[in-house]
Formats: sequence, structure tokens, C-alpha cells
Amino acid sequence: MTEKTAESSRLKTITLKVNHKEYTVDVEPRMLLSDVLRDELRLTGTHVGCEHGVCGACTIMIDGRPVRSCLVFGVQADQANLVTVEGLESEDGELHPLQKGFWEKHGLQCGFCTPGMLMTACHLLEHNPHPSREEIREAISGNLCRCTGYQGIVDAVEYAAKEMRERAE
Amino acid sequence: MKPAAFDYYKPETLDEALSLLDEFGYDAKVLAGGQSLIPMMNMRLARPPVLIDINGVQGMTGIEVGESEIVIGGLTRHYMVEHSPEIQNSCPMLAEGIKLIGHSQIRSRGTIGGSIVHADPTAELPVMLTALGGKVTVVSSSDERELTPEELFLTYMTTTIEPNEIVKSVHFPVIAERTGHSIEEFTLRSGDFAIIIAAASVTLDEEGLIESAALCIGGVDGIPVKLEDVTDELIGEAPSEEIFAEKCAQIVDLVDPEKDIHASAEYRKDLCVALSRRVLKKAADRAKQA
Repeated sequence: MTEKTAESSRLKTITLKVNHKEYTVDVEPRMLLSDVLRDELRLTGTHVGCEHGVCGACTIMIDGRPVRSCLVFGVQADQANLVTVEGLESEDGELHPLQKGFWEKHGLQCGFCTPGMLMTACHLLEHNPHPSREEIREAISGNLCRCTGYQGIVDAVEYAAKEMRERAE
Repeated sequence: MKPAAFDYYKPETLDEALSLLDEFGYDAKVLAGGQSLIPMMNMRLARPPVLIDINGVQGMTGIEVGESEIVIGGLTRHYMVEHSPEIQNSCPMLAEGIKLIGHSQIRSRGTIGGSIVHADPTAELPVMLTALGGKVTVVSSSDERELTPEELFLTYMTTTIEPNEIVKSVHFPVIAERTGHSIEEFTLRSGDFAIIIAAASVTLDEEGLIESAALCIGGVDGIPVKLEDVTDELIGEAPSEEIFAEKCAQIVDLVDPEKDIHASAEYRKDLCVALSRRVLKKAADRAKQA
């Protein structure tokens, strides 16, 4: 839809498909997607840390790609398919292998970075079922963790990779 | 911190986007990937009154590999180039360097045109464009022109692109025969802003001597610096670790980096020498196998 008129003072109606559910909300164009998710849709699993693209805590999937939701305006995600950390567990409530891995391998302490870590790792495992520890470290290098020293997180992703390979067989 | 309010436009065609730029001039900023613009807006270092979101513009995305030239639409995202098998074969430097841009989350959104016009001298694309002698096509509602990197980059974050122009496409040459490419950077953390980037292309003649070479450094000046003084002296030489070490030693006198909290000027000079030797050697080794 072409916007012929300025939208700053007016709210814009957008439709977001988040975790297979449709939401229609009115937002100001300057509202970041991370804030739309948290404040408008009450999907507070997506965390907001630095708000300028450094920490990675707000990482979600947009149309199958990992994206920092603090570097996208909500209006830009109109009609897009989003997956947030709330969308990881299966419908019957079973945890995603990555979520299990973080549990089993002590991949989280304070848990603030965890949603972003999970979404980033999820994209890695979708495209690389056999990541080396080096590849895991490279993949999560855009996500800051201040607690764990990353050892547990790398262990957790390895655990999930193995779990997912076994399921696929 | 949140962005200041702005008027938001989402044109569907390039013509529409260009006429909006004519209307708003300096008040407008083009929003493509937003991976540099939105952080600045979040910190309110930038508060453009008007944003023209070109993400819906058709026909500005895609990679075309021709006989001698690769044409990449300005709106093409980094990950598309990263995963293009054609780019791996036709321009190994681009394939290698694009992976060094930010993190996968940034490459999902960031665009080729956006990175070029942002003109960060420590960014990978301006260095690669300069090293390889690429070109940029910019359009306005009344004109279309081609710019070489020398004509394009003015200084830090500043180009000669007019406020009513948009980068339509970016052009890289297809790798020549008996040629090797290499690009490396030094960062504090994988994916961070580079302290120093070095990119090299080496072409060997049929006897295996250096026929031509290009070397470009990012992070030492307001624009990527092409070191022709070094590469001119390499012509006709047999590629070896010794010759690259000898010729690269002079780089300490050719570059004049600034210091900051991350590295002193001296350390940056050392990095320039070390990375230049390494990329020239690697490019020459690859040229031998080409």
C-alpha cells in the first residue's frame, strides 16, 4: 500500500503474523518492532537491551531470517511472518531442543540474553545441523552474555544439535 | 532512547521514491536496511524529519553476473550476496568480505547500496569497491550517473551523492584469469567494527610473475586507501613471502592512522603491514591455483 500522506502524527494500522497468530495494531511509525512486540502485543519474551544493535537480546525471525527487532520499525514488519522466542516450544508445550539444551547444560544464568541466543542458535541449526564449537561461537558472536562466559551456551547448542539430528533420523 | 518522530513514506516504485526526494531534499533520509541509520536514530544522533522507506521498491534487488561485470541492485541484502554461488566464483573477494559484515542478524537486513552510501571507511564494502575498482550507479528523477570509488567517497561517512539521488546498483568486475583475491580484518570481537581491513587482488602472468596487483586498506583515513606505491613495485616480481614483506614494510610511512581507545596509531600501522603481507600472499597463492 502506498502512503501518499505523512504518517508521523497519525497511527498506522499494521498486521503482524507472530508465531502463526495474526495481530492487528495501531502504531506510530517511529515505534521499533521490539517495542511493538513487547508493549502492544505483550510478547515480552523478546528482550530489549542496548537498543542500538549491539547486544542481540531482541533477535527474532522475520520471514525466516534472524533480525534485531530494535533495528526495524514496526511499520516495516507489516504483513511479515515473525517468530519470537514464544514460538519455539511446540503446541503441546514441549520445549524446543535448544530450550532443553540451555536447561541441561546450564546455558543461562540471569537469562536476559537467552531469547536472542535461542533465536540466533535456532537459525544456525536450521542451516547447519553439525556445527563445530568454532562455528557456534561465530554464530552467537552478535549476542552478548554478561554471565556465563559462553561455555554453557556453546554446550547447550551442541546438545541441541545432537538432539535435533537424532530426531531427524 | 527512542527515535524522534518522523513522517513515513513507503513508495512502491523508484520514480515515486525519487520524486519524494525531490520534494523533501535534505529533510529526507532513505531507509533501506536501516542497520546503520536506525541505531543513529535510536540514539537520536540522527533525527530526519522524513523517512522514505524504499524496501517496497521493485526492481532494485538482485545479482546479475555478466561476462566482465557483476551488477548488484542497491537494495540487495548482504545475505543474498553471501549465499550466492555465482558470487563465490565470479568475485571471491566479495564472497569472503561480505561474511565479515556485522553478524548474521545485520546481514539479514543490511543492503549493499546502504553500506556503500554510509561510507564508513572501516566498512568492508567501500574497501572492496575501492580495491577492485568497482562503480556505483546513482539516479535522480532527472539524471543517472556512474561514479568510481575515487569520485564517490569524500571523507568519513560522506559521499558525493546528492540528496535527491539513490544508489540504483553497485558494480564489481568479474575476477580476471590467473588472479587471486583475499580480504582480512582485525576486530576485537568477531563481527565488530574493524580496526584495520586489508584487501588484495593479485594477477600473475603466464610465467608466474606478478602482472598486476591491488591493495586497499580501511581504517587509516576518512576513505579506503589504495596503496599503489606498494603494488607498482610488485609488478614483474616473483610472488614470495620475502618480496611482500619487503614491499609492505614501507606502509608504515604511507599511512597516517589516528589513535583511539582500541588501538594506538603505531599499532594500527603494524596491523596494516601485517595484514597487507598476509592478503597479498594469500591472493598470490590463490592466483597460482586459479
